[in-house]
Amino acid sequence: MNLNRSAREKLVRALAVAVIEHADELTSLDQAIGDGDHGLNMKRGFEAVLATLPALAEKSMPEMLKAIGMTLVMKVGGASGPLVGTFFMELGKALPEEPTRADLVAATGKAIDAVKARGRSEAGQKTLLDVLVPVQAIFAAGGDARAIVAEAAEAAKRTTPMLATRGRASFLGERSIGHMDPGSRSASLLIGAAVATLELEAGL
Amino acid sequence: MSNSGNVGIVIVSHSAKIAEGAADMVRQMVGNAVPLAWTGGDPEGGLGTNVAGILEAIELAWSPAGVAILVDLGGAETNSEMAVEMLPEERRARVVVCNAPVVEGAVIAATESSGGSPLTAVQRSAEEFYA
Repeated sequence: MNLNRSAREKLVRALAVAVIEHADELTSLDQAIGDGDHGLNMKRGFEAVLATLPALAEKSMPEMLKAIGMTLVMKVGGASGPLVGTFFMELGKALPEEPTRADLVAATGKAIDAVKARGRSEAGQKTLLDVLVPVQAIFAAGGDARAIVAEAAEAAKRTTPMLATRGRASFLGERSIGHMDPGSRSASLLIGAAVATLELEAGL
Repeated sequence: MSNSGNVGIVIVSHSAKIAEGAADMVRQMVGNAVPLAWTGGDPEGGLGTNVAGILEAIELAWSPAGVAILVDLGGAETNSEMAVEMLPEERRARVVVCNAPVVEGAVIAATESSGGSPLTAVQRSAEEFYA
């Protein structure tokens, strides 16, 4: 599953565009049950990633992912910066330079464990883990691109009736029910963008 | 001059005004006996917290006795823990994020520190608010 320089650039651009184009939607989801900054924060982070793009794509896949993670940690702010940034950094640490699908399955598993540790959270608390965990399970079970993207969208929707027990939305208690989790939505957007590019460029 | 032998205190709030105000209250209690720094706001100055600001504050309040960080809400805690992990290894074990209310915790932790207490005692005094 090798991505050449141009494919790596497309991947980063796709991730950034997915977040930036949906910044208003993410903000309005966060206004309902959080502090209303998720769209703005994620947009700031991915704009900073885009700003380093030509140099970023020159790096190997693992180094590129680590650099994206570090930029997100430093620029996003909020809890999302360390959470999403940790995912990218750990993914980079766990991947070999020329990863197979099995490598990617193992590395996404490790990256998700790191997100759980960073947020001291598990799936079921109405956070991005409610997308990452089930999507990774489909990926690990051999699901194709369509199945992975479909699960990402469905998993984000399934957070709507959930009660938030972690993150700012947990302050609302039962009033968090009935709104999609913004972090789950951004995770599903990122997965959709990543999978579309990987399918096109590397035959996921 | 601050007494650099005492545990340093870092205040991290989503609001720069709260962080600065809490730091003012700490100074009123302990004067310059304790290294103290505060940070608040996202990278653009809006409400939020950011790792770079927290790293700077830890540097400012650094003491060989260690640093106790007081935080307000979840993002402040997550960003502070991230910042601690990014410190050089020899410093990492000497910085703690206290599970305590930010204002009360900062004042009591600084008071404890000003008496020369070690990091564990400073952390414990702040965390007694939630015990």
